[in-house]
Amino acid sequence: MENTKNKNWFSRTYSKIKGWFSDKSAKYKKWKYETGIKIDRWSKKKPFRRKMYLNRTLYLMLAPFVILFTLFTIIPVIMSFALSFTSYNILEAPKWVGWANYLTLFLDDEIFITAVKNTLILSVITGPIGYMMSFVFAWLINELPGKLRSFVTLAFYAPSLAGNAILIWTIIFSSDIYGYANAFLIEWGLITEPQTWLTNPDYILPIVIGVQLWMSLGVNFLALIAGLKGVDKTLYEAGAVDGIKNRWQELWYITLPSMKPQLVFSAVIQISSTLGIGAITVSLAGFPSVSYAAHTIVNHLSDYGGIRFEMGYASAIATILFVSSIALNSLIRKIIRRVGN
Amino acid sequence: MDNNKKETAQVKKKVLTEEEKALKIKKLEQKKLSKATKVKKKKKDRNEILSDRIDSRPFSEINELKIHLRSKKKKRVNRSLGGDIALFVFLALAGTVSLLPLILTVNNAFKPLDELFIVPPQFFVRNPTLENFYGLAEALGSSLVPFSRYLFNTVFVTIIGTFGHVIIASMAAYPLSKFKVPGGNLIFGLIVYSLMFPASVTAIPHYLVFNALGMIDTHYALILPAFASSLGLFLMKQFMSQVPTELIESAKIDGAGDIKIYWKIVMPLVKPAWLTLIILLFQSLWAAAGTQFIYREEYKMVSYALSQIATAGPARSGVLAAVSFIMILVPIGVFVLSQSQVMETMAHSGMK
Repeated sequence: MENTKNKNWFSRTYSKIKGWFSDKSAKYKKWKYETGIKIDRWSKKKPFRRKMYLNRTLYLMLAPFVILFTLFTIIPVIMSFALSFTSYNILEAPKWVGWANYLTLFLDDEIFITAVKNTLILSVITGPIGYMMSFVFAWLINELPGKLRSFVTLAFYAPSLAGNAILIWTIIFSSDIYGYANAFLIEWGLITEPQTWLTNPDYILPIVIGVQLWMSLGVNFLALIAGLKGVDKTLYEAGAVDGIKNRWQELWYITLPSMKPQLVFSAVIQISSTLGIGAITVSLAGFPSVSYAAHTIVNHLSDYGGIRFEMGYASAIATILFVSSIALNSLIRKIIRRVGN
Repeated sequence: MDNNKKETAQVKKKVLTEEEKALKIKKLEQKKLSKATKVKKKKKDRNEILSDRIDSRPFSEINELKIHLRSKKKKRVNRSLGGDIALFVFLALAGTVSLLPLILTVNNAFKPLDELFIVPPQFFVRNPTLENFYGLAEALGSSLVPFSRYLFNTVFVTIIGTFGHVIIASMAAYPLSKFKVPGGNLIFGLIVYSLMFPASVTAIPHYLVFNALGMIDTHYALILPAFASSLGLFLMKQFMSQVPTELIESAKIDGAGDIKIYWKIVMPLVKPAWLTLIILLFQSLWAAAGTQFIYREEYKMVSYALSQIATAGPARSGVLAAVSFIMILVPIGVFVLSQSQVMETMAHSGMK
């Protein structure tokens, strides 16, 4: 006993626990008799662990994705939430500043307010219109016969594949007379001298909206076409008997309710793409755009994160973007669930 | 004698091959039959649905419906000719508008310099040349790093990223879609939530994570996040859910392990889904610049080289169009090849 007293706290507890579980101890023998013998290791007493053990191959298959997903999605989201309460410039350790970043953002940062305003305008216009456009075109394309359908689908989907090819718009809206927009408008007598489209604060945002709409028929559009194709055709025949007279009634009473899942998926993709507008404004209007006329939240984020290295502040912007997009998504999902009821 | 023997041997061989042919034909017929029975089953289901509806109505109405269905067997209900024509004209117009900028890109790529700077500018090319493509080769030959290096980087990242993503995502989709793994619903829920916010939310932490893992300035910074793209897993999981469970169970009874079932039975059945994942990821990786993670010149991507040319001003606009043309041609080609399969996958993309 004197020996144990001389040892420190850690080794004392260690030997105690070791005593419980060593084969010789009476306590362990009792425990083993009560639990270990009658019931096997993964029995009803531990159903969850039993299941985990049986499914070990499945977990092994899940592991690579889950590890990468945790590393590159879950941890980053948590990190940006945590960093948003600090002041951090990569070189020094992050300093806790509480709500200061958020307060500065909303009270002192006029450019952020401009960015929020621009993002709101962009998403209020391109979000619903892009969504409606995807649906209307998908609906019309669905009426076409087979081969023509796949060609028209390609024609509408191609712009979203464009990637860097959107730089053609900088040539179309170029500020000299070689620009197509200027040349055609002068020819038709609508304007008398060349306009500086992409450096005039009045025109930048409408042009960005137009280009975004041009590119908005992406994955969501494909999902909608496929959803329309999957609607049971006998429903239409039955509907005709029940007194549905034209395409519009057919759309509202049969088509929309039976493709709700695709509508939700498409809306989710649409929202995250409209709130994420940023790359387009940079390649069209430059960075920063003239008097911040096309400055979006994403631009503001990359300004502070990628150029000024104020990571805490940028994380606060990212967190606001995250929270608002999740909130908007759950709202829209609730609305779509009510369609056709 | 020898000749005779040889001949008989040849004849035997021929007979054998004929027998084999007959066997093969039989097998093919069996396959066709099995397909035909499947189609019949589908038709039966539809008829059943219809008959259920008919049976609940009075007799005269049933007769009317039968006549109605017979008379309009090939025409769709509730359609007028005028509406069809209006629709076609509208779609043709809208489709042309949507394609115009791309057509302009293609035209610009083949315009000689004097045609690019005509007042007023012409839409269509008159004397097509390959001048711009030579100009491109020259501009890129004179840069610090040869163009082939940029091209190699993009092709390498795209191929490795796409291939790894298809394998990893489908491997994860199999347990999520076909089994009730404890914790599976939580994982899938998180993946659905991750579809809901723009990717730029995670841009800064990405930098910190890559920094901690020592992946700044390497291709891993683009490849590894692409492996775990959540849109791909979502589509794959939704598509895999409709693989019949009986198939997997019967394979299990025959003694196949989970990995064997996944590789030999499930993977061939979800071919449309992996083609979809390929096109989606291919498109994003092909356009990826990765400038925020990669600073060494010889590790940069083609789209970075393109943007460098774009900054050179109006004198390079023909070259710019040439690069755009090359960059857009590849994903469109891939999409054209896999379109029908992609649409099949998208039919299962629903979300509640």
